[in-house]
Amino acid sequence: MQPRPFWNPYLAGIGLGLTLLLSYLVLGTGMGASGAISRIAAQAAHAMAPQAAESSPYIGGWFEGGSALHYYLVFMFAGLLAGGFLSALHAGRTRLVVERGPGAGSGLRLALTILGGLAVGIGSRFAMGCTSGQALSGGALLQGGAFAFTGATFASAFLVAPLVQKEWR
Amino acid sequence: MNLFEQGLLDGPLGFALSLVIGALFGFWLERAGFGSSRKLTSIFYFEDFAVLKVMFSAMVTCSLGLHLLAAGGYVDLSALAVPETAVWPQVVGGLVFGAGFVTGGWCPGTAAVGAASGRIDAIVFLAAAGAGSLVFASLYESVADFASKGLCASCSIPELLGVSPLMGALGLTVVALGAFVGATRVEQWSAARRSQ
Repeated sequence: MQPRPFWNPYLAGIGLGLTLLLSYLVLGTGMGASGAISRIAAQAAHAMAPQAAESSPYIGGWFEGGSALHYYLVFMFAGLLAGGFLSALHAGRTRLVVERGPGAGSGLRLALTILGGLAVGIGSRFAMGCTSGQALSGGALLQGGAFAFTGATFASAFLVAPLVQKEWR
Repeated sequence: MNLFEQGLLDGPLGFALSLVIGALFGFWLERAGFGSSRKLTSIFYFEDFAVLKVMFSAMVTCSLGLHLLAAGGYVDLSALAVPETAVWPQVVGGLVFGAGFVTGGWCPGTAAVGAASGRIDAIVFLAAAGAGSLVFASLYESVADFASKGLCASCSIPELLGVSPLMGALGLTVVALGAFVGATRVEQWSAARRSQ
């Protein structure tokens, strides 16, 4: 079956914006994703080396209530997975595949994915958020840091894009 | 009274409502096509500016809504959790993040949607991003001073410019409309160039 077409970007953007508005009105905070990834990684580190994790100056405080997963963004992340899955299923877009450009093998793609993921993990900790928690949520509140982050992110991505063109084009 | 204000964010009610908002978040990202790393990265090759269009229209929708409600007295902006500004770490973080975005093909939220759609590269990306976060944590003592450089609790653009927040939201709307026109022109130029 042919997957359904994507929705109009402005329509999807307005829907996303109304969801963010709902988040501010009900939760009192914006939406985020990188915080949950950090929490889950910290919990995994805690399972392997509890004392080292608890004494870490950055993540140690997350275990004071017992589990680092006892945090609202972890639940928002679970929602992201569920909402993304249901939408993809409905549109016929679920497929187990390594997505890559026609000229790239899975090995190259996955190696670069690991590099990129590491950079995104480190970068979002420096920035105290990612494209969700900073760019989108901070941008809607017109925060200077959100625009500094967004500008730097897009400038850097456009500059690096020619170097990894083989992966995508 | 929102949950953050009442200190209820990290409790059963906060978790349940975060789950619902997260599901809506994931739904819209997937509908926009952001469960695909090729779609996401195509903006960086000037082909498809959906990333810019979705992000800017979401930002403007929420910003206008919030600031109109605040101007009418329905929302107290000071009761919201504001994402912190620390300009220099955010510039450096953004430079590292942007390189990772185009190399890895995902950002954290879209990677969750990609993983849920079965994209193996998204699953690997999420594991690597988690590892990256632990790398930062393990080096935290040597970067802590820099990581809080330029930290200010509220560094909003309207405050810096001395205008009202609603004026700021309207200004953002104008910038976004300009960006939509510019992005569409670039898409047309790029499509014409590729069809030659």
